[in-house]
Amino acid sequence: MRLHIKNGRLVDPATGKDGPGDLYVDEGKIVERLKSPERTIDAKGLVVSPGFIDLSARLREPGYEYKATLESEMDAAVAGGVTSLACPPDTDPPLDEPGLIDMLRRGALSLERARVYPIGALTMKLEGKALTEMAELAEAGCMAFSQANVPLADTQVLWRALQYAATFGFPVWLRAEDAWLARGGVAHDGEVATRLGLPGIPGFAETVALSTILELVRATGARVHVCRLSTAGAVELMRRAKAERLPVSCDVGIHHVHLCDMDLGYFDANCRLEPPLRSQRDRDALSRGLAEGAVDCLCSDHTPVDEDGKHLPFAEAEPGATGLELLLPLALKWGQARELPLAATLARITSEPARILGAASARLAPGAPADLAIFDPAASLRVTPEALKSQGKNTPFAGYELAGRVRATIVGGNVVYEA
Amino acid sequence: MQHSPQLNANGELQHLLSIEGLPREVVLQILDTAESFAGVTEREVKKVPLLRGKSVFNLFFEPSTRTRTTFEIAAKRLSADVINLNIAVSSQSKGESLLDTVANLSAMQADIFIVRHASSGAPFLIARHVKPHEHVINAGDGRHAHPTQGLLDLFTIRHYKKDFTRLTVAVIGDVLHSRVARSLIHGLTTLGAPEVRVIAPQTLLPSGVEALGVRVFHDMRAGLKDCDVVVMLRLQNERMGGALLPSAQEYFKSYGLSAEKLRLARPDAIVMHPGPMNRGVEIDSTVADGPHSVILPQVTFGIAVRMAVMSIVAGN
Repeated sequence: MRLHIKNGRLVDPATGKDGPGDLYVDEGKIVERLKSPERTIDAKGLVVSPGFIDLSARLREPGYEYKATLESEMDAAVAGGVTSLACPPDTDPPLDEPGLIDMLRRGALSLERARVYPIGALTMKLEGKALTEMAELAEAGCMAFSQANVPLADTQVLWRALQYAATFGFPVWLRAEDAWLARGGVAHDGEVATRLGLPGIPGFAETVALSTILELVRATGARVHVCRLSTAGAVELMRRAKAERLPVSCDVGIHHVHLCDMDLGYFDANCRLEPPLRSQRDRDALSRGLAEGAVDCLCSDHTPVDEDGKHLPFAEAEPGATGLELLLPLALKWGQARELPLAATLARITSEPARILGAASARLAPGAPADLAIFDPAASLRVTPEALKSQGKNTPFAGYELAGRVRATIVGGNVVYEA
Repeated sequence: MQHSPQLNANGELQHLLSIEGLPREVVLQILDTAESFAGVTEREVKKVPLLRGKSVFNLFFEPSTRTRTTFEIAAKRLSADVINLNIAVSSQSKGESLLDTVANLSAMQADIFIVRHASSGAPFLIARHVKPHEHVINAGDGRHAHPTQGLLDLFTIRHYKKDFTRLTVAVIGDVLHSRVARSLIHGLTTLGAPEVRVIAPQTLLPSGVEALGVRVFHDMRAGLKDCDVVVMLRLQNERMGGALLPSAQEYFKSYGLSAEKLRLARPDAIVMHPGPMNRGVEIDSTVADGPHSVILPQVTFGIAVRMAVMSIVAGN
């Protein structure tokens, strides 16, 4: 499709450019100029930016189709302006063999919506014992390896996994949570959990594990991306690790820059998340760290859970919340609170995650893949669970008044969503 | 702040889920009403017709003998029909969800659900899903709350000490796992007790416990000094020999209440215990059965307090 997008406000986070202009698309790529467009999109009053890249979105296939399907979640992705997403390996079975990766990629391709980047399992069945065939998995399309939220308690295995991954230059994505310190916990260990009588996960469960990871990075030289930071202490450790020029990066989820344990209210199961919502101080440090660069990017940590999984007492409720469709408005809300230019805000959901993912998109330059989001940054959006395309309707942001509505999403030059 | 899930639009008690967040007047209303029922329990004919024709469902997802029995007696003295359901061994083991169980019982025309559950917050979930005329009373949820126990503790303290505003109260033992402690602490701070102490090793205190408005002591002798009320908590055997405590013997030495340690409290101090007691672990028999002990009156008062709570919620 030869496209002409006219009258838009072009925001290119990779260069920081922000201004009016026209954009041309041909053969799936952004081009300098175009003779005879097949279609012209008038983006007057709208922002045209690279499509969003989400480093953690669970699609629930294979294995958890009752919670969500590839189709429903890919619809949610493009409705949220997300053109690329990384999907963690905690499916059933876990993404630990090339056939599964192949199946997932084919399934995603046939839907012709967002691009899917499967993250391979770091260990077989995510059991934390035997390494997966990382080279085979990489050939099948995995660009990184991870344990998702499944703890890897055995540091000997973690060490070997990082050595092996480093041998081939594969990045490893890890949650930092000490399995023993976190055992049995369901909420941040602090005043709120004490009042509600909920077993706590101390903040140092994260810093203890992160210290171990960083020490192993020093020893092995492996490239590690730390997923979903939740504490002020971890932000500080990452700041220092980067100053030391260790090959590390990290992200934070949309919930953790906006919410804290006080939001649990009277046992709101929508706030049952992994990692848990922590103190106000932690939230503020994460928000600041994301602005200052200690934290590289923002992700939705999209985890659709079915109703039955949430209609339970807090501790028994399944962790996770839907997020793909809220990534943009919550990123904008964060950027506004930090008084950042729009290009800098969008960098956390475009160029920064692209760098970590090794994706070629997220630039408005000729030759880049035409993965674009066209949105109205001022249009108000009331978060209404029933109106979400995702099969997961649970979110602690239900009822929030946010700003930022996606009007069109383009992947590889095709308009895959319009509203 | 969210609307309190236990009060109706007029600020009256719709459900009793936790003492935390209850207005002082509501706590006093419950204690005063209980006072009027205390007489009933001593009469030859121990019944009043306040809940005649109403159905009270005892919904115990966790085993209990004493609490269930006192609720049953209280409901019967109010002339209600009582249905005891031991869910731990019935529908839940067949895979029925908590809310389905409640919906089914609701279809059998329940008026009051007395709920005990191993998960903190379970009664809040139920209260959100029952019909407007149905009431939920929390009979203990996880480590969170046991409001009727807290209220009967307050009733006992008031009975012996009259005025809360001069009292020093010590709560001793496994605060970490104790819903009784949390409820009592909230009750005491609501009624203006100036000093509430918790005495325990670090392993048995939840983090940030000071935020509940208590003073922390690790040394029992220092903590007991000049106390008016001493509340011992039950220490479950399964806490022993793990990472929390090395042994019952060592625990008793440091934190068990002996006659000798009790002498550090005021001469007219009262000793309370929510039961069931582990003699020789948290409390010595000479103290449990001694002149300072009000442990058995607590049980008796518990019936009046539960009558009060049921009659108040049913009337709102």
